[in-house]
Amino acid sequence: MSKLPAGAKIYLAIVFVILYLPIFYLIFYSFNSGGTMHSFESFTLEHYAALFEDTRLLVILINTVLIALLSALIATIIGTFGAIGIVSVKSKRVRSTLLSLNNVLIVNPDVIIGASFLILFTIIGVKLGFTSVLVSHVAFSVPIVVLMVLPKLLEMDSTLIDAALDLGATKRDVLTRVILPYIQPGIFAGFFLALTYSLDDFAVTFFVTGNGFSTLSVEIYSMARTGITLTVNAISGIVFLITLLVVIGYFIVLRRSAKNNELEVRA
Amino acid sequence: MKISSKSSLIPYVLWIIVFVVAPIILVVYYSLLDLNGNFTLSNYKNFFSASYLKMTITSFWYAFLITFFTLVVAYPTAYLLTKTKYKQIWLILIIVPSWINLLLKTYAFMGIFGLYGPINAFLEVFGAVPTQILFTDFSFIFVAVYIFIPFMILPIFNSLDKLDKSLIYAARDLGASGWTTFRRVIFPLTIDGVKSGIQVTFIPALSLFMITRLIAGNKVITLGTAIEQQFLVAQNWGMGSTIAVFLILIMVIIMLFTGYQTRGGRVR
Repeated sequence: MSKLPAGAKIYLAIVFVILYLPIFYLIFYSFNSGGTMHSFESFTLEHYAALFEDTRLLVILINTVLIALLSALIATIIGTFGAIGIVSVKSKRVRSTLLSLNNVLIVNPDVIIGASFLILFTIIGVKLGFTSVLVSHVAFSVPIVVLMVLPKLLEMDSTLIDAALDLGATKRDVLTRVILPYIQPGIFAGFFLALTYSLDDFAVTFFVTGNGFSTLSVEIYSMARTGITLTVNAISGIVFLITLLVVIGYFIVLRRSAKNNELEVRA
Repeated sequence: MKISSKSSLIPYVLWIIVFVVAPIILVVYYSLLDLNGNFTLSNYKNFFSASYLKMTITSFWYAFLITFFTLVVAYPTAYLLTKTKYKQIWLILIIVPSWINLLLKTYAFMGIFGLYGPINAFLEVFGAVPTQILFTDFSFIFVAVYIFIPFMILPIFNSLDKLDKSLIYAARDLGASGWTTFRRVIFPLTIDGVKSGIQVTFIPALSLFMITRLIAGNKVITLGTAIEQQFLVAQNWGMGSTIAVFLILIMVIIMLFTGYQTRGGRVR
């Protein structure tokens, strides 16, 4: 940052402090024995202990992770094959219609997605709970997977496929041994984004969750509505740690695959 | 790609029909029903009554303020970030907070803005009497801006990063002042980034309902809050759907104005 004038550095520093301060503020008070989010009394881990003893919260945590992993997996499968399908469509008009429809759920506000899915599930007769939440998460994650995979497919040289077919590969071979390995980084990015979308979602889940089933976001909301509970702070400490680990893991994998690509190009 | 893989489209097209097309049709259909399920236009008549129009205008005003302040903070930040040495690392550091659960960040402000929170403690040093900052317009806008900043920075950063530096040098060589260079060269060339930033801020800002509930204490009613209220509290799906139809229309209009850029990020 040597080139920047002092004023610019101060401005950036203030932005960074404002972005991070609330998060560290939360985590700091998760160690407060006082039970409030002001006047720190003494260090304690009791809120974390309470969190791990609360079986209801643990079940919610497991549900949240389960929904995220399952929905990301299913959305990645549907989205990847959808993207391959879109590329195979020759008519430009059909293709751009499909893409516009794909983007509807990305720009649509969550309140509308949630409300319209609530109507949909009620009409079809799906009971609100695990299934409806899972299906909704799959539904809003599919378009982002498509958007992540599509550029990879478009930059792929179609002569690769011709070569494979000439060499006697079956359609299945072409898919599993040429296309899928090539677009793998896109699939991976799509899965990761779908995962974060699902973990972060509140509004859609809030509409389709019904009674008895809850995810972490919805649970935090209902806890926060009753006021300040330091259990929520403890949750945020753990969530922050997990987020950090996932981000670091993601970049390590990204780096490694970039390096592998480099090696392949050189060889 | 020559390989015909139409069959791989089947699940995807089914998904589009069931989860993209059908829900929108259902919302429009329900907006024409009254509480007993009979066809009616009364929901639309209600929407054009004074109270709903006032709510729509306030919702717009808040969304405008939120977008404006987010842009004012985000543009210089993105600009300065592109000038830093390790800009990609700084950018990641800006984005990491956006991956922390939205509810948790909002909850943090319940403590920060609270009667005994650090802001009041700080103001007290200067002799101010502790006041409730929570449940005010200020706290609502501040928290919303806080949440949207990373989402606004990202597209602006990308378009600034792509900007050809020689254009700036050329402008300066031709005698343009720093401000003129910004106004006539840099800003017009990064307008696409600004537009997608506005898109990912303004539309969610119209439909926020959890921040209004937690931070604004039901004082601020946005279109999103109204939909949630109608669907989950009043159980009047017809009226809720009518507001949703208008929100969809507004969204389409904004999309037409700001072009069709989408980015892999949004506020949920």
